[in-house]
Formats: sequence, structure tokens, C-alpha cells
Amino acid sequence: MHLAYPAVLSALLFCTGVYGVLARRNAILVLMSVELMLNAVNLNLVAFDVWLSRTAEETLHSGQALTLFTIAIAAAEIGIGLAIVLAVYRNRGTSDIDKLRDTAEGHGSGTDGDAPAAEKAEATA
Amino acid sequence: MTTTTLAVLVPLLPFLGAVAGLLLGRTAPGFVRPLAVLPTLTAFVLAVLVAVRQGGDAAVDAATELTPTGSVPVYLALHIDGFAALVAVLVGLVASCVQIYSTGYLRDDPRYPSYAALVSLFTSAMLLVVYSGDLIVLLVGWEVMGICSYFLVGHYWETPEARAASLKAFLVTKLGDVPFLIGLFALGTDAGSFRITRVLGTVAHGGLDHPTVIALLLLAGVAGKSAQFPLHTWLPDAMAGPTPVSALIHAATMVAAGVYFIARLLPVFEASAAAMVVMAVMAAVTMTGSGLAALAQDDIKRVLAYSTIGQLGYMTGALAVGDRGAAVFHLLSHGAFKALLFLAAGVVIHAAGTNSLAAMSRMSGLRDRVPDAYWTMTVALLALAAIPPFSGFFSKESVLGAAEHVTAGHTGHVPAATGWIVLVAGLVTAFLTAAYATRLWLLAFRGHGAQAPDHGRQPLTMTVVLWVLAVPSLALGGLAYRTLPDWFDGGDLAPTLTTSVLGTGVALIGGLVTYAAWRHLTGLAARVPLGAVAAHPEGDAGQVEAEAIATHAPAYGDVASAPDPADPGRLLLGPLHRHAAVGFHLDAVYTALFVRPVLAGASLVRFLDREVVETYVRGAGVLPRWLGAAVRRAQTGNVQTYVSALLAGTVVLAVAAVLVATGA
Amino acid sequence: MTYALATAVTAHPGPSGVPLAAAAHGFLSPTGVEIAFLLVGLLTFGAALVTVTTRQLVHAALWLVVALGGLAVEYLLLTAEFIAWVQVLIYVGSVVVLLLFGLMLTRAPIGRSPDADSGNRWAALAVAVAAAAALVWVVVDAFRTTWIDLDGPAAGSTEVTGASLFQHWVLPFEALSVLLLAALVGAIVLSRKARAEKSSPPVNSRASAGGSPVVPESRNHPSGGHRPTEQEGAR
Repeated sequence: MHLAYPAVLSALLFCTGVYGVLARRNAILVLMSVELMLNAVNLNLVAFDVWLSRTAEETLHSGQALTLFTIAIAAAEIGIGLAIVLAVYRNRGTSDIDKLRDTAEGHGSGTDGDAPAAEKAEATA
Repeated sequence: MTTTTLAVLVPLLPFLGAVAGLLLGRTAPGFVRPLAVLPTLTAFVLAVLVAVRQGGDAAVDAATELTPTGSVPVYLALHIDGFAALVAVLVGLVASCVQIYSTGYLRDDPRYPSYAALVSLFTSAMLLVVYSGDLIVLLVGWEVMGICSYFLVGHYWETPEARAASLKAFLVTKLGDVPFLIGLFALGTDAGSFRITRVLGTVAHGGLDHPTVIALLLLAGVAGKSAQFPLHTWLPDAMAGPTPVSALIHAATMVAAGVYFIARLLPVFEASAAAMVVMAVMAAVTMTGSGLAALAQDDIKRVLAYSTIGQLGYMTGALAVGDRGAAVFHLLSHGAFKALLFLAAGVVIHAAGTNSLAAMSRMSGLRDRVPDAYWTMTVALLALAAIPPFSGFFSKESVLGAAEHVTAGHTGHVPAATGWIVLVAGLVTAFLTAAYATRLWLLAFRGHGAQAPDHGRQPLTMTVVLWVLAVPSLALGGLAYRTLPDWFDGGDLAPTLTTSVLGTGVALIGGLVTYAAWRHLTGLAARVPLGAVAAHPEGDAGQVEAEAIATHAPAYGDVASAPDPADPGRLLLGPLHRHAAVGFHLDAVYTALFVRPVLAGASLVRFLDREVVETYVRGAGVLPRWLGAAVRRAQTGNVQTYVSALLAGTVVLAVAAVLVATGA
Repeated sequence: MTYALATAVTAHPGPSGVPLAAAAHGFLSPTGVEIAFLLVGLLTFGAALVTVTTRQLVHAALWLVVALGGLAVEYLLLTAEFIAWVQVLIYVGSVVVLLLFGLMLTRAPIGRSPDADSGNRWAALAVAVAAAAALVWVVVDAFRTTWIDLDGPAAGSTEVTGASLFQHWVLPFEALSVLLLAALVGAIVLSRKARAEKSSPPVNSRASAGGSPVVPESRNHPSGGHRPTEQEGAR
């Protein structure tokens, strides 16, 4: 099999994930897109591991081992990420990323997320 | 101890006293008075010892170079000739008297410690100027005197007059000091040394390249320090300081420093005939103008201040005709009787509760309240008016005699014209001097009206020094005119018949004319009530004086004059009185010439800074502000925007890296 | 430029002698495995696209299952069977379930939600397309001639993977278990804070929480009513 097929598929999946991360409003959907990106990387790792294990006689199987690690870390990440999203949701009543703008200077847009941000800034000041 | 060691101690002791007084003034108030009086008194005794040892013989010279200072070396040098020794004795005497007097005069003053320390510091600086054999060291003392004068004139800094007067004194003398400094540098460069002996040696060999320029530059500094026309305007205003300060600094010593300086370097000035003529004209204008102004003043101290200016004009005149012996002779006798006049005036002001002659002339019995001041002041005024046999007669006659000597054309290096200028001006001034001295005496002690307020006996410290100073005022001239030539250049100081008759004649005429005018107006004085009296029976003299100065302008409408129709000076001067009272509008001229242009320039600079320069600064700030606003818009707080920009940048960089790597 | 690059690559024979293999295997004569890979790959890519574009949030999670399952098939095709089953177990089995729980706990709307995409969409699309173009170009350029020989023993069988993992990767493996433990504890802590907040009145909780963020009360009250249900769902 041509190595180009998994490599191209991996690249396309990764960029799909990038689009999702950048474009989705709901934080959980962003997490899904992150999963897509991780899987794209996994596919790359597996494909190159298979290729190298045949051609370069390397026996460490580092690609597959790293894939397993990545999957485990992704599981941990999704757990923590969801916990954070839930905490944010409980505090703010929303899990929309573009409403969490506490770091912005000034509050000109007047959206829902801005009012608590302003109050927060006053409270900490 | 050698004479050199003694001479070093003379300026050093008051300096140490000043330092100790400043350090201990707050922590140990009990030591302040001894620390003020004793070093000065010791310095006086040592100065007498130095004078006795020097004895008018060859000058004592000693020098040590502290450290190399570049092109022209600066030495810590002493040069004690007869002039220096005697002037130091005068300075020590007056300073001691003033320190003793001040212990009574400023008895309750909270700032007495710093005052006494500054007077000590001043004394030290003046003695340094007198003894110094190096022009740069002399300059140090010269400037220290200036700053002490500034502080002491502003002693009553609560009053606006004192603040303005101290600033004026400082600025005007600095106006003269700048050319003075340049002149010193020019002189040192021309002569190759700042040592007075070497400078004089160079002059003797005709080694000066620019004598006129140097002499005129130095003359500017002397005019500022010695209150000569046209830089004299600070001195009448400086009377806002305490009376002892006026006596020490603005009558006897500091203002005489300029004269003394010329006397030391007279050959330098003699090298330029133009400088001598300028000096003569300056002296003549100063003498006559100050005499006229003194006739119109109402403040007793301002009368004395203008009188000081006039007597300094005599000294300058003597120098202009090339007789420094006469100049220093007059300096010595004037220092004694003018210090006495001021100190007695302080007593009178305290007793009368006012410094206004108009108010005193409506007060009877003042001479019975302060008999010491009355008698000593009479002596001093007679000396001032140059009535024989008081000391002022001999010294003034020596000046007039020197001028007359020059008019005869006996001396080669001084133009005869200067002699005529000085002689005529001197005679006119003799008339005026007698007139205002008589006026002062009559108005102060021959008043009619209410009884003078009783302030009790004057402190002993204040009256004793008056008698101490009355002795030289009375007898110095008659005793010394024979021996002094041995100390000086050897020129004859004895009065000549012509000038004696002339001078005494015009003085007597002046006195009689004033007396007649006063008699004529006596009835008028009773009909025009006038006067405000500061009533502080318990307060010390300094407090009374400060109050009197502060209330003069509100009470009489002006600091200098009072609208008193019974003033004999008003009758004598006629229409001139109005101009004489304000010093012939010289202050207005200065305001128009210097103050207004400076203020206009300042407002122009302010305008340029505020409106022009700042516009550019603001304009320069606009662009960054716009850039900042644009950049701020990018900070949306939206994480996704940030990550988008980050990834876009990453892609661009990656593509660029690939393209570079493949060589495309 | 791509053409020039391609010619440059083909002109220089690779160091490992791959060009011979590449010559034998052209893109225009795919093998059966390749055809299967392509078809499953298209399905996966399509499912991924739908995942990031659909307006129905639950559907996105379900399409994610398809995409991840497709990837598992791709792993199988690449003879990495152990990874494939792990993928199915962990991703399809647990991660997606977690995501669905998350969607429910945050009260994600069922059905179409018109504001699923943020205003950043077009910038995101531009960045993604640019990144895809760059990546695909580079990858194709680099590996167009590389051939994977899939014959012989499976490269990723359970035996091989296990041997490799426990011979060479023991230490990272153990470290990973620590990381998982930390993540477990972290998730519990993040959830517990919310429960402590709920058990006491809001004002006191803020005081007791010390450095916890100061939240306006208007934010707490509307969400207070449905918290018990959330908690049950979380358990």
C-alpha cells in the first residue's frame, strides 16, 4: 500500500479537526474536534510504524506504543476537559467558548458573557 | 606663634564658631551666645596682634599650593600689608561689637542661633577676603559674603519686603559678580598667576595685554558689591534686614570689600586711564545722587543706607584719583562711625517703636529715653558731616586733598579731569551730607508732640558697644592721620588748608540751611498728625524693627518716604523730592530694561513650550495611540481568534520553511 | 512548482532503493487493500466533516463514532489489530459516551441549533484549508513513492505490541498509569468543588471557598434549579 494514502487521510482529518476547534462554539464540540486531531496523529503514527517495521527492521514498535500512550492520554484529557467544561457551565450557565472573554480589554460587545466579566474585574480590582 | 599662624587663625576662628553654632544651635542653646561672641572677639584680638607685628613694614607673604589645579595655579596665600592688617582690625572690631549687640537686639528671636552662625561665617569670609593673597581664594570669600548677606537680609522672611530685598540684593550683586569673575580670569591669564604679588609685579612691568577690559570688568563686580551707581539699588532695600546686620554687612565691611579690592589692585586700574575716568564718573554720580536721595528718605535706616552709598562713593573717588591711602583711611573711619550710626539707629527704632522719621519728629523726649544712643549718634553724625575734629573730617579731607592734588596735575598716571570730577562732586556731597545728617538729627531727637513711649532701659549689651565705637568715631582721624601713611603707601593724609576750609564751609552751610528749613516748618509739623507706632514694650528690638518695617508701607503709602509736609528735606529739594524719594526711578528703569523683557521672554518661552513644542509632542503621541487602539481591537478575548491567528502564522511559517528548504 | 519538485524527487533515486518498488506499484493500478482503504478513508473523512459541521450536537457525537470506527478499520487494514481494538474500546466505547454525557450535562439542545458555529467560521475555514493544502502537498511530495509492504506477519498483532510495550516501554507505561491517576483525581476535584458549593448557601460557600472566583448571584440562581438532575446524571 502506498504510504501516501494514510498520510493524506491523516492530514485531511487533522485539518478537519483544526476547523472544528476554530469554528465550533460549543466547548464539547471543540473537544470532539480535538479527538479528531489526535486520531489523525495516531493514524500517522501507526502507518509510519508499519512502514518502518518492514523496511528499516526496527523492532521497538515505537509508533504503536506511542499510539497507545496517545489514546490513554486522550482519554485522560477528555475526562479533565469535560470536568472543566462542566465547571465553567455551572459558573457561567453556558459552555460557549466565544462568550468566555474575561481576558479581553474593554467590554464593548455587550454580550451575556461580558457582564459577569466586568463585575469580576471590578471585584478583583 | 608666628605672624602667619596668627593670621591663619583670624579667619579660621569665626568659621569654626559658625560651624559649631550651626551644629549646636538646636541641641545646646546655652552655648550659642558664647560661640557667637568669643571666636569673633578672639579673632579681633588676633587681628590686632597681627597688625602690631606687621607694623606697617614689608608685607607678610605666605603661600601653599593645596593641589595642582590646571593651567594657572591656585594658592592658599596670605598677603598682609598695612591695608590688610588695619582693615582686618576694623572688621574684627565691628563684628565683635555687632555680635555683642545682637545678643541683646535679638534676645528672644527663635532663629538667633542660625543668625549668629551666619554672622560668624560672614566675618570669616570677610577676613578671608582681607588677608587673602590669591584672587581665587579672595573670590571664595567674596561669594560667601554674598550668600551670607542674602540670608541675613532675609532674616525676617515672614515679611514680603525682606524676601524681595534679599532676592534683589542677591541678583544685583550677582549681576556684577559675573563680569567680576570673567575679569579675574582675564587678569589671571594675562598675569599667569592669581597671586596678588605676581599680578602686581606683572602690572609694574607693563605685562597686561588688556588693562582696560580687565579693569572695567572688575569694576562691575566692585560696583555690585560696594553699591556704586548703577548697581547700588539693592542696598537701600537691604535695610529690611536686622539692624546689626545692616551695621556689619551693609555699612562697615562687606560693601567696603569692593573698595578694598580696588585698593589692593590699584596698579591694575591705574594701567588704564579710561577705567579711572569711568570710576571717577561712577563715584561722582553715586555721591551726589545718593546725597539727594538720602534727603528724601523717611526710614531712618534708608537714610543711613544712602549715606553709606555716598561715603563709598568718596572712597571710590579717592581710588579714582589714585590715592588708596585716602580711600582706606576713609574706609576705616567710615566703618567705625557708620556701624555706630546703624547700631544707634537700632536702639532709636526700638525706643520709638517706629523707623519713620516723620513719626519721630512728632515725638518728644526721645533723646531722654535713649541718652546713650543720642550722644553717640550725635558724635557719629558729626563725623559723617565731616566737622572737625571728628574722624570723618580727616578722612574726607584726605580724599578731597588727593583730588585737589590731582587737579593740579602733579601725578602723571591720573588724568586731571578725574581730579576735578571727584573734587566738585565731593564738595557738593559734603554739603548734602551735612544737610541730611542735620535733618536726621533734628527729626529724630528734636521732635515736638506726644511723649515717646517708654520701653524701659535698653539692654547693656546694646549701649556699651555704642560707646566703644564712639571712641574711634571721635578720635581715630585726629590721632591717626599722622601715623597712617607709615602703614599705607606713604602718601600724606594730613588735611590741606584749601580743601579743609572749603569742605567744612559747605558742610556748615548745609547744616545751617537744613536747620533754618526745619525751624521754618516746626509749626507745620504740629498741625499735621502722622505716624504709626509698633507697641511691643516686652518684645526685643528685632521684633519691633521687623514690625516697623512691615507696617511702613501700609501706614505711609511707601517703603521709602512719608507724605510729611513738615520734612525739611521736602522744602530743600523742592520738585526733586518726589524723584529722590524713589532713588531717581532707577528701579523703574531696571524694571523696564531688565525685568519686563525677562518676564516677556519667559512668557514667550512658556508660550513656545506650551503651544508649539507640546503640539509636536502631542502629535508624536497620536500615532502610537492610534496604533495602540488598532492593536487593542485585536485583543477580543476570544480564544478561538487567538488560536486561528496562531495556526495561520504556523502555516505561513511552515510553508515558508518548506519553500526555503527546497530552494524555491 | 510541485511538478518540478516531483521531477526532482524522481530524478534522484532514494537512498533505500525505494524507487524500484515504486516503479512496480503505480497509483493507477491499486491493490485490493488500497481500494478498501480509500473507501473507508472517504467514509471516515466524510464522517469527520459532518462531525465538525452539523448543527445538531448529538448527531455530531454520533458521526464522531462513525469517524473513529472508520479509523479503527483503517488500523486493521494497516495490520495494527491491537490498536484497532483499543481504538474501538476506548474511543467508541468510552470517550464518545463521555462526550454525550457532557452534552447532556450542559443541557445541549436536542435538534438543530442555529448557532453551533461561532463567528470565527470563515477564518477557521481559511486556516484549515490552507493547512490542509500545505500538509497534503508536503506529504504527497515526500511520500508519493513510498510503499508499505503489508505481506508477512502482522506488524501490530497483540503479541508483537505486548512484547514491545513490556520490553522497551515499561517505564513510560507505568508513568502513564500515574498520569491517568492524576487525571482521575483532577476530574474528581473539579467535580467535587461544584458539589460543595451546592450543599451550602451561595454566600457562605464563597466565603468558605476562599480564593474561588467571585460569581455574581444572578448567575447562580437560574442554574440552581436544575442542579440536582445534573448531579444524578454525573453519577
